[in-house]
Formats: sequence, structure tokens, C-alpha cells
Amino acid sequence: MEFAELIKTPRVDGVVLHRPFMPTVEGTLCLTGHHLILSSRQDNTEELWLLHSNIDSIEKRFVGSLGHITVKCKDLRMIQLEITGMEECLNIASSIEALSTLDSVSLMYPFFYRPMFEVIEDGWNSFLPQNAFKDLESMTDEWRLSEVNKDFSLCPSYPPLVAVPKDVDDETLKKVATFRHGGRFPVLSYYHKKNGMVMMRAGQPLTGTNGRRCKEDEKLINATLRPGKRGYIIDTRAINVAQQAKARGGGFELEANYPQWRRIHKAIERYNVLQESLIKLVEACNDQSHSMDRWLSKLEASNWQTNVKEILTTACLAAQCIDREGASVLVHGTEGTDSTLQVTSLAQIILDPGCRTIKGFQSLVEREWLQAGHPFQQRCAQSAFSNSKPRYEAPVFLLFLDCVWQILRQFPCSFEFNESFLVLLFEHAYASQFGTFLGNSAAERARLCLPEKTVSLWSWVNRPQELERLTNPLYEPNSLVIWPSVAPQSLLLWEGVFLRWNRSSKCLDEAYEEMVHIIEYNKELQTKVNSLRRQLAQLETEDPLLHTP
Amino acid sequence: MEHIRLPKVENVKLLDRISHRRRRVGTLYLTATHTIFVESEAGVRNETWVLHSLVCSVDKLAATPSGCPLLIHCKNFQVLHFIISKEQECHDIHLSLQRLSQPESYDELYCFAYKPNVDEKARRQEWDFLDLKADYSRMGLPNSLWKLSPVNQHYKVSDTYPADLFVPESATPPVIVGSSKFRSRGRFPALSYYCKDNHAAICRSSQPLSGFSARCLEDEQMLEAILRSNPRSDFMYVVDTRPKLNAIANRAAGKGYENEDNYSNIKFQFVGIENIHVMRNSQQKMLEVCELRSPSMSDFLEGLESSGWLKHIKAVLDAGIFIAKAVAEEGASVLVHCSDGWDRTSQVCSVACVLLDPYYRTLRGFMVLIEKDWVSFGHRFSHRCKHLVGDPKEVSPIIDQLLECVWQLMEQFPCAFEFNERFLIAIHNHIYSCQFGNFIGNNQRERIGLRVHERTHSLWSYLWANRTDYTNPLYRPNHSQTQGLLRASTSPYSFKFWKGLYNRFDHGMHPRQSVEDYLRAIQEETQQLEEQLTSHTQKISQLEQEQECSDSCKATTFDKSPTIWAPGNNLGLANTPQDYTGGFITSSPCQPKGPDSILLPKSTNQISDASFSNGSDQESGIADLSCRSPLSEDSTRDPDSDEAAYSAA
Repeated sequence: MEFAELIKTPRVDGVVLHRPFMPTVEGTLCLTGHHLILSSRQDNTEELWLLHSNIDSIEKRFVGSLGHITVKCKDLRMIQLEITGMEECLNIASSIEALSTLDSVSLMYPFFYRPMFEVIEDGWNSFLPQNAFKDLESMTDEWRLSEVNKDFSLCPSYPPLVAVPKDVDDETLKKVATFRHGGRFPVLSYYHKKNGMVMMRAGQPLTGTNGRRCKEDEKLINATLRPGKRGYIIDTRAINVAQQAKARGGGFELEANYPQWRRIHKAIERYNVLQESLIKLVEACNDQSHSMDRWLSKLEASNWQTNVKEILTTACLAAQCIDREGASVLVHGTEGTDSTLQVTSLAQIILDPGCRTIKGFQSLVEREWLQAGHPFQQRCAQSAFSNSKPRYEAPVFLLFLDCVWQILRQFPCSFEFNESFLVLLFEHAYASQFGTFLGNSAAERARLCLPEKTVSLWSWVNRPQELERLTNPLYEPNSLVIWPSVAPQSLLLWEGVFLRWNRSSKCLDEAYEEMVHIIEYNKELQTKVNSLRRQLAQLETEDPLLHTP
Repeated sequence: MEHIRLPKVENVKLLDRISHRRRRVGTLYLTATHTIFVESEAGVRNETWVLHSLVCSVDKLAATPSGCPLLIHCKNFQVLHFIISKEQECHDIHLSLQRLSQPESYDELYCFAYKPNVDEKARRQEWDFLDLKADYSRMGLPNSLWKLSPVNQHYKVSDTYPADLFVPESATPPVIVGSSKFRSRGRFPALSYYCKDNHAAICRSSQPLSGFSARCLEDEQMLEAILRSNPRSDFMYVVDTRPKLNAIANRAAGKGYENEDNYSNIKFQFVGIENIHVMRNSQQKMLEVCELRSPSMSDFLEGLESSGWLKHIKAVLDAGIFIAKAVAEEGASVLVHCSDGWDRTSQVCSVACVLLDPYYRTLRGFMVLIEKDWVSFGHRFSHRCKHLVGDPKEVSPIIDQLLECVWQLMEQFPCAFEFNERFLIAIHNHIYSCQFGNFIGNNQRERIGLRVHERTHSLWSYLWANRTDYTNPLYRPNHSQTQGLLRASTSPYSFKFWKGLYNRFDHGMHPRQSVEDYLRAIQEETQQLEEQLTSHTQKISQLEQEQECSDSCKATTFDKSPTIWAPGNNLGLANTPQDYTGGFITSSPCQPKGPDSILLPKSTNQISDASFSNGSDQESGIADLSCRSPLSEDSTRDPDSDEAAYSAA
């Protein structure tokens, strides 16, 4: 298919662009295969380059022959285009609609994008599982890397290499895979160096209504327990939801078969409910009413903050079991690709200082989200403005980022990255020139040959100029476990995402700059004083005469 | 002392508010001024001090097998939950505290007993620290348009007004007195703020006694005079801060509001701030929400909404913005009033001043502002803050709302204020604590009668002495945010819940690391570095000069420049030879902070602040959410589950 077929009118002059908190621009609108471009052809005015894939929905209306197109983006921005001429406007609108809803992955921009920067380190090779395993090997010899899923046949959503207990062979794994949803047998998610406890994740056990059991499954997870110790199974579903899952062949671990494990149910919402929550929240934030009651009631009704609290609380619980109870933990929900990953990744942020560095966080996203088979393409296909009925869309990853932001707010000096990094990940998960978030699993990414055909987001991020922008100037490595507060008073609305386009951030940006300035100036002085000290010491030794009075 | 039935009780338990499982055991002491709880755990000397004047209510709950619970609510939002093993002891403590926390006369107040180690001369100087006349002259007054009027000397015209007041140059004493007779409590229109750039002024008064049709020529002349003292404007605003319905209801009582037909060139406007009773109930409801044990997000947000608190804060801020814009953008003068003109009027005038004038966003300026619009203009502090036992219907958190409006603005404009959140909280604490004389009584006349300036200490000089604790590290006087009118957003989402004040003592809820403290430490270090830079540079040039001198002696060509020897010479370092990085600074700016240092000033010499010393449950500055196996089987809810332990819910 040629993009040209979809572009009915490639160019319109005299288009007026309105953007929040930016001056109005008049210029020429151009549609390309992947971008909506508005250029005033003047040197000093900013141009608009918008990826079609970032467009969530558009609305058009006419006042006489003047057409207004409202473009609502997945990053929650709204822009207005004024186009003279009904035909041009309709053409533009339908072209945008077609180009922003392309079905085929291989037509996505990352396959056409050629980087304008020098790739210093290829992000596709930055976080290979074998390297991560080397770190694990330096701490323990109880685990091995299994190639049982080399061709993705055992579990289509798992990567080719997974860490499993050393004493469990591949044959056992194959049996366990048949007992777990989507073949997602329990694998290692995190090893807590401090006490040797582990966190594993899996899909739900397929016990069904008649309470099927699988000795190999029991053997596998028991292999991670120390003699005489108990472990915790954190089921991210409410007990009644887990009960209902039995009727569909799913279920949960029965005490009788897993006597060494305690099961705890926590109610984290599933994807369609989360999508609904996002839509309501964004609607509340864009409400023009000045009524405080209306705002608070809509904020409450969206349940977004409730979801943040539940997810964070469950992650804290998992971390607490590991660090304070000295117990190993297995986390699962139904598929094990959504709430499970929210919990395991957040628990690692809490427990592991390494995950709070820029590279460490990238590695966490790579390991616990991309490799672990979170279906990014399905979940991020649409955002809060979509008119179509959600199918698999859900802000699962955005909620995770929101929770990280909450912890960052509470421990502002313990993270190497700043809020911009989290916002950047949100943007790129929904629309990007990079291939990192394409596809739904490692298997799909391999099939699409993404490492060969697209550029990794990490290649771009891990360059000095980008890193500088994303680095938290307050960072001081904190080797401790950080326990966030989950009281409602402590959890705030993430303004940087949800109010980003509704209010000017000028004053807050200035405050950030001022903070950077204070720290930079201090560093500068340190350098100067250091060098003066040296100079002084040198002068004093050079001239011994001076020491005699 | 006669009110203390029992000075000491042993084996008392102090429960953690969030998690009742966490408790401390110790001894409870009652002194003339404080309740003191000393933890008896071996090795730790952990004390909690609560000033009797900060106690809002003492409740004895039904006895339980473990003992008799005693619940103390404080005006600074601290809540203490004691368990006293013997019911009789609990009863005695309860009765003693009830009496001690409800003084019947001013002389019982703590400020008259508070005697820090300060000599009399220094104490008198404390009261000279702020001078309202200096603020009026900063505004450019008196001038040809406004004069200082002696009309209220000895409080003859209005006993709740200050003695010194600025009025329009053309306002004669008969006009003022006539106008005062037409206003509730004689509170005639007087100047609150004058903008010297455009001559627009903010004046304040109480409501007119207009009833359904009454007029007063002098009052009309008074407003005319105010209008004429702003030569560039041909109209003025009259802002009634009450909801229209309330104002109309007042007409039946012979009070009311200005009729636009009777006053020339006024624009009349209601802004709809609710009365003191609504505000009291609203805060009470909000505090109940704050005190919920492990509330869900919905409990909290629904409770916050139904309390209406943020709606009221928004109303006050909206009114302040209206006035500030009228002054700054339209160049129009404004007369503000409510009913008596000492509650809503004080709030709105102060908010407008903070928005308009960067001076009021400095430490000293904000103190002046409270002294001007609140203390001198007769906000009834002792009634509103229940300093003495009295009519509970007079109590209302009007000053809390001002402090919160300023806090909301600080959140929007982080570089615009010289002071920080701690400063507002310290002011709040001491408005209620009665430790200082500033807020005792209900107006200037009462304070003079109480000889407050002779007998007590002033909060302002105390705050000033500790100003390093109260300074915002992001503030720069020449920053663009610091200049001119603050254009605040009043979209509902711009308002936040102020947990720093209302959940002040729930340490676990606050950020565990403070950016502000970090930056302050950096700035202190920077200052040291600057000093070192100067001294090193001097030393180097000295050494070089001497070397050069010895060199030039050999070469016999020298051009001795005397300026090099001048002390404090320029720091322009043209010749820094090497660049050695690597820190030699020993003090790391990010030392683990205790919970107290995050929010509260170092308790150096004050007594009442000693209650901040309860923080042993810390693990290197990070809160302990230790879990004593509250994890319940299969989500069956543990009825006594520990919220902070994230247990199944």
C-alpha cells in the first residue's frame, strides 16, 4: 500500500494552528506518510511536527466554509487547526483519520525513520538477558538460564531465555507451562541480594473447577524456598474474581497443594476498567467548569487515584514480604502480563537502588515489561480520547509510571532520573519514531526484525545531551529500601502528564531551573576552590623563603 | 497549679495515630504549662510536649480491658491517643487538662508566664522590630492624597480599630465620624493598601447600616473622597465579600450593603465567601477526613469534597484576585467589607496585597501584612482561636484560610516567596499557642489594656532570629516570578490538599526527603566556598606578589601595583592553571534527615516546640513500615490491620 493513496490533499496554505500556551501560527499544512506538519516558513516560529500515530481522535466542525479540526493526541495534548474551504478540510480530516489508524505494524514510522544522530551504543544490545544473568550469577548459584523457550513455542509471550531454579530441568518446565495461563510458568523476576529472597511471576494456575493440580508446578516454586521457610503468593485479583476464573479453566493455588505458601489477594483492576478510568480522569481534567465540587467528584469518580493506590500498596506488600518477612514471593493475576508486571517492577524500585538509576530503570522496563511480554501494541493502541470501543487498550504502563512518579515525589533525591524521563517513556510507549515499544512480545519483535529494521529508544536516550536533560540534579545514591506512603494524602495527581496541556508550567519550570542553577553553581565553586587549593599548595612549597618570617 | 489533680501517671501508653499496634509506653506528667509524655524505653529519651494552650479538646473514651483511653486534639492538628491503665487516674488527668486547656482569664495565658532568657531591654526591642508606620511610608504615605488621621486616638470612634489610620486627604473628622455612625461597630472606610504606581487603593470597612432605605450623607462623602483620592480613575469598586443572600438578610436587621444609586460612580460586587460558622463546620469535617484511619482514596476525596473546604479556599482566593486585578489592571480603588469587616475583609485584603506587592511575599513583608490587616485592624484572634473559654460559635479558622491561600500560591509560584511552608506553619502554631503576645486579645485597644508589649514577647522577632529555617532557597529577589502581580490560576485542579498543615504530625505521610533542606544545605556550602574562594585568591595573589617581588629584585625591573595588595580584591581569576575535581568538602549536603527536621525548625530554645521530638522509629531517615506479620490468609480482613503495613484490604 502506498501512503499517497491515503493522502487526498497533501498541502493546504493559510492554515491557522492553535496550541495551548503557545502563540497562534499561520502557515502551510503538509501531510506526509507519517507526519502532520505545519510550517509558517518563518525562521523564528516553531513548527508543528506531529506523528500520525500520536493522534488519538479528531473532530471537525464548520463555521460557514471555515473548518475547525480538533486533533486530540495520545499524549493528551489538544490542538486546533483552522482550514478555509470545506473540501480541503474534509480531505485533510479523512486523511489524518486514515493515516492515524494504520493497522499494519510494518507501516509504522519506526520502520521508515532514519536517525539524525550518531548511535554511540545500540540500545537493542544494551540489556541482553544473558548480561543480566551474569549479575545474578555473581550473587547466587541457585538459578540457571533456560533455553526451553528458545523458539517461543512453550510460551509465546516469554523471551527465549528465562531464569529458573537450577534444580528444575527443562522437561519439568514444559509440564509446568501447560498448567499456567498462556504457558507462563513461574520465572525469576528479582533476586534480593540482602537476604537471598526472590520474587517470581507467572500466569494463573489452570486448576479449573475440579481443582487440577500439577506436581511439577509445586516442585518448581517450592525449589525457591529455604528449608522450613514459607513463601507468599500475591494474587493481584480479589478473591471472588479469582474464584470466578475457575469456571473458565483458571484459578489459584489451593492451600492443600501448596502448604508452604500463603496466598494474599489484592484487587488490582483489569484493563478495560483502567481504560475507562483514564478516559474519565482526562475528561475531568479538561472540564472547563470552575466548580470545586464538580472537579473533586469527577476526580473521585474516575478512580484513577484509587488505582494508583491499590497498585502501589500491592507492590509495597510484595516488597515487605521479601525484605521484612524474609520470604520469597510469587506474583500473578490472570495472564500475568499486566497487574503482575506493575507489582513486580514497582517492588524492585522500592527494593533495589539499581532500578532507580537511569540505566537501571531502562533495564527494568526492558526486563519486566518488554521481555516479560506486556502487550504494548494492544494496550497503547488508543489513549483517552478514542471514540472507538476499547478492545485491549489499557493504561497499564502509564499507571506504573504514575506510581514511580509518586515514589519519586516522596524520595526526590533517590532517583537518578527526573520526571521528564517518565513523561518521555509515556509518550514513546504510545507513539514513537523508535521501535522499542512496537509489538506485543519478544516473539513478535523477533518476527518483525525490529533490532535490524528500527532504532531503539535507548540508543537515542543514552547520549550525553539527552541524559543531561533527564538527570535529576538532586540525585544522591541511596542504598536503602525506600518505603513510600500510600495514604491518600500522600498520593497526588500527576500534573506533569494530566495537567500538562491545561496550565502553564512556566513557574514550575523556572523553579526547576533555579534548583539546577543552585546546584551547578555549587559544583562550579567546588572546582574553582579545589584548583586554587592546589595552586596555593604549590606556591607555598615553591618558595621556602616565604616560610621564614 | 491548683488545677493539677495528678501531676504524674506511670505506665501510660501513647498510641500511634495511624497504627494502633505501634505504641510507646512511658510516664505522663502534667505541669502548669505543658503535658509531657516521657517514653520509658531503655536507651531512648523520647519526649512529647504539648502546651496546654494548644489543646483543643480532651475526651475520655469508654474504658477497655487494656485501660482507659484519653484523646487529646490540639489546635495545631496534633492528635494524641493515650491509654491510662487506671480509670481514676484517667479521670483526674481528664479533669485537670480540661481546666488547664480552658483558661478563664487572659492572665492565665502562657505568654504571661513565658520567660525565655532575654533581658528586659532586648524584650522591649522585640516589639520595635515591626513598625506599621514604616510600611505606610514604604507605600509612599502620607502624601497629597492620603493622610494619617488622629480621629481614632484613644479608640473614640471605633474601639476595634487601630489608633492610627490613613484616610483620604479630603475626609474631614465630621465626615469620618458621620460615616462611622453608619457602619457596624463604627468601622468606617480606612486605607489598607495604597499602590503608589497608579494611586489605586484598597480600603476596608464594615457593612453600612442601610437597612432597606437608610442613607448617610457623610458615608456617601467618605466614598466620594476615596474615589477622588485616585485621580486617574472615574469609578471605584465596592466589594461585599458575603454571599448576596446573607447581605440581603442583614438588611432586615438594619444593616446591609451600599445602594449603587446613592453613591456616585461605584460598581458594587458580591463575591460570596461564606460566614465564620460555615467555615468552622467545613474545617471540622475536613479534619475528620484527615483523621480517618486508613481511608480509601474514595473516602478521602469524597470527604474532602463534602467538607467544602477547598471550595471556600478558592472563594477567598478568587475574591483576592478580583481586587488585585481591579487595582493593578484597571487602576481602580476598591472598598472591601463583609459584616463587621474583621474576618472575610481581612482575608481578602491580605490575599490581594500578597498578589499585588512583592514586598508582602518576603519574610518581613508577610509579618507586616498580618500585623496590618489582622492584628491592627482587629481580627478577633482570641475569640476565633479560642484562647480563652468562651462562646464556641465565635471560633473559626479564618486565619488558617489566609495561611492556606498563601500556601496554595506558593505551590503555584515556587520562586516568588522569600519564606517557606515552615514559616506559615510556625505562624499558625503560635497564633494558637499563646506563647507570644502578638495575637492575644481581639483588638489593639484590648492589647494595650493587657499591656502586652510590656509583659510578653513578640513572635516576629523570634521568627526573624530563626529566619534561616524559614527561607525558601528558590527565592531570588530579582527573579521574574518575584516581580509584580501574581497571576494565579483558580481552576479547581490548581488547589491541593495541605497535608503539611492538617496532617502535620503524621510524619509517615510526608515526603521522606526534602528538596528544600537539600538545597539549603547546598547553599550553605556554597557560601563557605565563596568565602574560601576569596581567601584563597587573596593568599595566592599575596604569595605571587611576594615571589614576583623577589624575582623582580633579582631582575631589578618592577612595576609595583599597589592595588594587588588591596584587601578584598577582585575575584576575576584569569589564571586558574589546573582543573582538579574531586570533592574535599566533608559535609555531604544530603545527610539523612529525621522526620522532625523535614518540617520543623530546629527546636533550639523554645519550649512549646519541644513536642516535635518523637521520631525514633526511623531507619536512616526512612520510615519504618515494619511488618509484624499482619498478612492475613486469603484476604480475610484483619480487623486491626496496620495501614502502613500495606496489608490486605
